[in-house]
Amino acid sequence: MTDPARAAELAARDSYGRLLALLSARTHDIALAEDALADAFAKALDHWPLRGIPGNPDAWLLTTARNRLTDWQRKQLRFPGESEIPDMAEDDSANDALPDQRLSLLLVCAHPAIASDLHVPLMLQTVLGIDARTIARLFLISPAALAKRLVRAKAKIRDAGIPFEIPEGTALTERSASLLEALYALHAHDWLDPVDNLGEEALYLADLSSRLMTENPEALGLAALIAFSHARAGARTIGGTLVPTGEQDVSLWRDDLIAYGKRQLTRAYGKSAVGRFQIEAAIESIHVARKETGQTDWQALNKLYFALQQLAPSAGGLVAQAVVTGRLHGPAAGLGALDIAEAQTGTGFQPLWAARADLNAGLGNRETASRCYEKAMSLATDLPTINLLRARLAELQ
Amino acid sequence: MRYTFLLYTDPADLAGMTPEDWAAEKEVYGAYIGALQKAGVFVDTDWLQPVETATTLSLKGGSRQVQDGPFADTKETLGGFFIIDVPDLDAALAWAEKCPAAKTGKVEIRASAMGSV
Repeated sequence: MTDPARAAELAARDSYGRLLALLSARTHDIALAEDALADAFAKALDHWPLRGIPGNPDAWLLTTARNRLTDWQRKQLRFPGESEIPDMAEDDSANDALPDQRLSLLLVCAHPAIASDLHVPLMLQTVLGIDARTIARLFLISPAALAKRLVRAKAKIRDAGIPFEIPEGTALTERSASLLEALYALHAHDWLDPVDNLGEEALYLADLSSRLMTENPEALGLAALIAFSHARAGARTIGGTLVPTGEQDVSLWRDDLIAYGKRQLTRAYGKSAVGRFQIEAAIESIHVARKETGQTDWQALNKLYFALQQLAPSAGGLVAQAVVTGRLHGPAAGLGALDIAEAQTGTGFQPLWAARADLNAGLGNRETASRCYEKAMSLATDLPTINLLRARLAELQ
Repeated sequence: MRYTFLLYTDPADLAGMTPEDWAAEKEVYGAYIGALQKAGVFVDTDWLQPVETATTLSLKGGSRQVQDGPFADTKETLGGFFIIDVPDLDAALAWAEKCPAAKTGKVEIRASAMGSV
């Protein structure tokens, strides 16, 4: 799907998430709220063509879904009754936006008491209304198993009494950290197909979270990070082959997203509380600056990767830092840094071998470089990366 | 080297499935098979009938014993397998991580012993 088409679809999903957040906050039963909302959408399809689209469609859907919930509650109490369909075709409440309780819903989906591998699927399903089958297909999970796990997670949210109130103080800090981790996981997911991924959805949710948590510098930093990364989406592959950041055609990078990222990052810096996502966003900002300056500031990257490894050590960060060392101090120094990195990444980390191959190629060690490219290819599971490594290998021979 | 992935999953995950559910299930595994094929490492795969249909045969101890049911009664049962051809265990692990069964069950990775004898 193209970006504009996906963006339009997300705009439509905006109301879905708002409505579901309001309905589930009332019942604490997400599954019941989903059923009521689905019912309201079905009624809308029946009634709007006959009676006209109401002035405030969202309010109509909310009232209809609420009536449905009340009806079900009555049935449980054995009171007879039929749910009412509101007659709001002529009302003038079109400009009254519904209160936005999606932060509450996002925090519930990413609650530490829910298995962390379900945080992202829950958010995608409840806040964006994406069906479980689509989520399963994109994440390569058994759709039947995922559906059952989502049902159980929603039952736990209801039965264990996971609060829908937004906590305060340190409790909010902890809960929002869990939410941001989940969004980062969505952003950094290792897709089987790097082109057909959920980049647009990750950006949407990160932007939403940053607007709902304007005082949280890490929420702003994460939105900036994802925006910078998504700005480069159109340049990431050419003809099915991955293009490394430093070789991408900058004219394909999106200026609107780069500007958005800069604004968010500036606002984050204003909070004077540095964090991992702000540093990763700063690293991305150095890369995207090439569009304006034509250069990459490797010294700045070196400092930022060093800071990142202090705050949030990762195999990927370690290898990226070694690559920067190679740029600054020559391929031999880079290879030395990679040897040290291997103690932590293990021998099964694809980026380690790709970097080792590039640096050896730079030194003219063709045989070693070839072996490293072959090892990297054996560890790559997506075709664009395999194609890039294959092309690099062919250049050597 | 050839590696076999033995996929152990909870049969309860697949209980009460409609034909549409099965189609969705096949689509996910089809995407995985497609990726293995594109990378040129795919050898074979199969999806097995549920464990209740298993028949276990043994001639151990001199007598022919046929048992109705699986060899071992466990919650997670062998549901299928993949055979791939990759250079080493690192590569086999990289592919096993992407296998749908790993997300909700377990994938046992076994190297082929054929080449070593």
